[in-house]
Amino acid sequence: MNRRLAALAEPLIFKLFRHKVPTGHELTLERQRIYALPTRFGLLYAAMLLVMLLGSINYNNSLAFMLTFLLASMGIISILYTYRNLAHLQLRSGKAAPSFAGKDARFTVLLHNPDPLPRYALRLTAARAEPRLIDIAAGDTAAVELSIAAPRRGRLRLGMITLSTTYPLGLVRAWAYVNLDMQCIVYPRPGPRLALATAPNFHEGDRVGSAMGSDDFLGFRAYLPGDSPRHIHWKALARDLPMLTKKFTASETTDLWLDWSLLPAVDDETRLRILCRLVVDAQRASQAYGLRLPGVEIMPALGALHRHNCLQALALFGEPRR
Amino acid sequence: MSTTSAATAFRPEVLIRMLAVLGLVVAPQLPRLPPWLVVVSLAFAAWCYFITRRSLKLPSLWLRILLSILLLMAVYAHYGTLLGRDVGAALLIAMLALKLMEIREARDIYVTVFLGYFLIIIGFLFSQSLWMAGYMLVVVTLLTSVLIDLNRTRLTAIGSNLRLAASLLLRALPLALVVFILFPRISGPLWGMPKDAYNGMIGLDEEMAPGLISDLIQSDAVAFRAGFDGPIPPPRQRYWRGPILWQTDGMAWRTGHPWSPVLRSDPPPLVASGDAVTYTVTLEPHNRRWLYALDLVGTAPPDTKIAPDFLLLRAAPLRERLRYTVTSYPDGVASRLSGLERQRALQLPARGDPQARALAQEWHRRYHDPATIVQQALQMFHNQPFIYTLHPPAIVGDFVDRFLFTTRKGFCEHYAASFTFLMRAAGIPARVVTGYQGGELNPIGNYLIVRQRDAHAWSEVWLDGHGWTRVDPTAAVAPERIDLSIDNRQQGIGDAVRFELPQAAWLAALWRETHFAWDALNNKWNQWVLSYGVERQADLLGWLSLGGLSWQNMAILLLAVVGAMLVGMVIFMLKRERQAEDAIVRTYQAFCRKLARRGLSRRSYEGPVDFARRVAAQRPDLAGQVHGIIKLYTALRYGAYQTPAALDMLRRAVRHFRP
Repeated sequence: MNRRLAALAEPLIFKLFRHKVPTGHELTLERQRIYALPTRFGLLYAAMLLVMLLGSINYNNSLAFMLTFLLASMGIISILYTYRNLAHLQLRSGKAAPSFAGKDARFTVLLHNPDPLPRYALRLTAARAEPRLIDIAAGDTAAVELSIAAPRRGRLRLGMITLSTTYPLGLVRAWAYVNLDMQCIVYPRPGPRLALATAPNFHEGDRVGSAMGSDDFLGFRAYLPGDSPRHIHWKALARDLPMLTKKFTASETTDLWLDWSLLPAVDDETRLRILCRLVVDAQRASQAYGLRLPGVEIMPALGALHRHNCLQALALFGEPRR
Repeated sequence: MSTTSAATAFRPEVLIRMLAVLGLVVAPQLPRLPPWLVVVSLAFAAWCYFITRRSLKLPSLWLRILLSILLLMAVYAHYGTLLGRDVGAALLIAMLALKLMEIREARDIYVTVFLGYFLIIIGFLFSQSLWMAGYMLVVVTLLTSVLIDLNRTRLTAIGSNLRLAASLLLRALPLALVVFILFPRISGPLWGMPKDAYNGMIGLDEEMAPGLISDLIQSDAVAFRAGFDGPIPPPRQRYWRGPILWQTDGMAWRTGHPWSPVLRSDPPPLVASGDAVTYTVTLEPHNRRWLYALDLVGTAPPDTKIAPDFLLLRAAPLRERLRYTVTSYPDGVASRLSGLERQRALQLPARGDPQARALAQEWHRRYHDPATIVQQALQMFHNQPFIYTLHPPAIVGDFVDRFLFTTRKGFCEHYAASFTFLMRAAGIPARVVTGYQGGELNPIGNYLIVRQRDAHAWSEVWLDGHGWTRVDPTAAVAPERIDLSIDNRQQGIGDAVRFELPQAAWLAALWRETHFAWDALNNKWNQWVLSYGVERQADLLGWLSLGGLSWQNMAILLLAVVGAMLVGMVIFMLKRERQAEDAIVRTYQAFCRKLARRGLSRRSYEGPVDFARRVAAQRPDLAGQVHGIIKLYTALRYGAYQTPAALDMLRRAVRHFRP
């Protein structure tokens, strides 16, 4: 199916109309932006009809004429069916979940069929993505997940989607380009775990006592900006007392500071990958961790959002702030 | 809703459906195919079925090439050629069977379905009956549904695919009809027609030998139909003259060389007397040059000449159905017999049949008067135990002697041949005429249907003063033959022929009635669909006051009409589907206008639900109604309840809404 003869003409059409590809979060497939060309089966069908016509003329056979014309008309009418199967479809950006480099990023595209006719066998293709086939009932909305290979950390744009269909007969392919404004964050690929011998000590032992542990309650001290909200003495606050922070000992486990500068001298990407691995492992071990990169510091904490913030910082490291 | 990844492979069920449909495509061809090819094709189909069902491996390329070569050689061995219609059909079916051996992906199914379409058109070269047309229309729909199957996301019920295929074909039909009518036709083939293209055409030949006509008579096929301007002549006068046979070797009779330059003179002047009969014949193609007409032809249709023996001849064999109008004079007489004709009309083989010759010479000595001799011969057939049968015993040796004096069982060809032999031996110029006798009246179309089973042979003798006189010796043996038609459905081997007697039973009457209606329909089908060619097209365009267009102008007309139809179709299909939604939107807008008049305009950014909430807050008295309308509207517009009933409800609610 992918060796369509139309594939020769398609890049040309794309070049000609590239500047007209609609872009946005919510798009409708306008009629003017739908292209249609015969598939290679359509061309074969046309060739067959030509031979049939010559035979009909030669034998002057009325029913042969009739069949030839009927099949030809059907082929032409099928263009309208194919075209109608695509026209007026509405596309909307859905979720774009972050992923790790080397894995697939998953973009959800929402397709809405505003017409009272069902749409059949719509094919969504994006660069580096496995094409998806989908039917949408009349007036229904479908969510299509496109998995796109994410080779590098950073931001990944969905890029151009081709929406196409050969329904009903496969003789004609209609397609349209849309540029849904979607992107997701690609975290660095988690690097190897550091061997114990070479592992720097990320635990900041000198801060024991003054740093906030979380095991045994020691007493209160005055609030300092940056203290974890979990340790604020809220009851005192409610009684109109000055803001206090509860003090705990950090006995065996101290906070992890995953620090760029403590890493062995390797290249930047490897550092990011090592840090990524450390973040993932720390989160998995439910150990609070903070992250220090040149120009970025994220206070130690735990949780999915914290993990995302850290990984995003790694993903976008080096990218100019917007 | 469902998503799947886009696989290029087809579902095995689709292949099985395709096999079933292909069976239906090939079915009408089966009786014509060599039996071994039928068996091989079925075996391949079964093989293909098991490969698919059990997910077995396809046969290797080498095996397939080997099978192809073997099949090609077998077809060649069977037909002795690779060109022609019959071989073409056989080869196409062999190709189809071979193709089943290599179905791997959707592409192969497309190719197979296209081959199926092709096979249908080949089938039309063999039969173009109404039945065939109807059957093939169903098969085309089925084949198309296989294509639809290939373009579905998942396996779909056959019914829904068939409905879609039918609706596609239904919308294509008007377009196809217009193209059918306007597509410029040319006369004559583009390239040479294969020799066997006309194998299916049956009819009388230039030769009459025992068994030829009795073979023909087994066929119910229509030879021609004839509609009369005036009253239809009685059965006794319905002798449709065909080839006139002059030359004999004692057993077979031939036309001789009737079209040699010497004999290509004009016919002798016709002494017309009595009433003229004018009628129009629609003759089925029979791949011979002559036309059939009643005694004696007065005027020839265009492009046709009258031979000296009053046979209508065209320049080329008749390979398309032809309509022609002729006037005949049943009592007309050819005025003279040329010397050459007399010589030909007395020709006999040098020896053989001594008994018959002796008998004829004795008659000649005793009576001398030709009319009396004719009478003698007819009496002999009538009085002696001659039997009229479709299955006479085979005769070896002197044909006339053995028949007249030993077997005495024969068919019209036996009687006509031996009678003419006797007349010539008695010195009376005589010739055998073959043609059709009788015909069935179709009261619905008021025309005669003459079938192959009405084929007949009789004699003409030259009587001075009367000219060529028709004598039908069969009438002396079986007079019913002339008044009734042969009912060949009841013939057993060696039986005496039974004739179709008028049936009184109402059931039989009903049966006849239906039969006649069906034939009348067939007649129209033949005249208006199957013989739609250069002439019919010119007639029809003339009637539409578009006559005399050059083919270039016709092509322009065709493109213009087709273009206009397509534009209409685009507007119809792409607009109509949105109408339903437009009605919903219009109703909603009417609702918004009603509220706007009360100072509650919808803001441009407000969706229906937010708007309803605001209206309900400001006018709690309207809350119930507004929520109801909005609920219906959102369900219609965005939900799955897009039924006409729901739209009706919305309309009614908005109409009765008085803020």
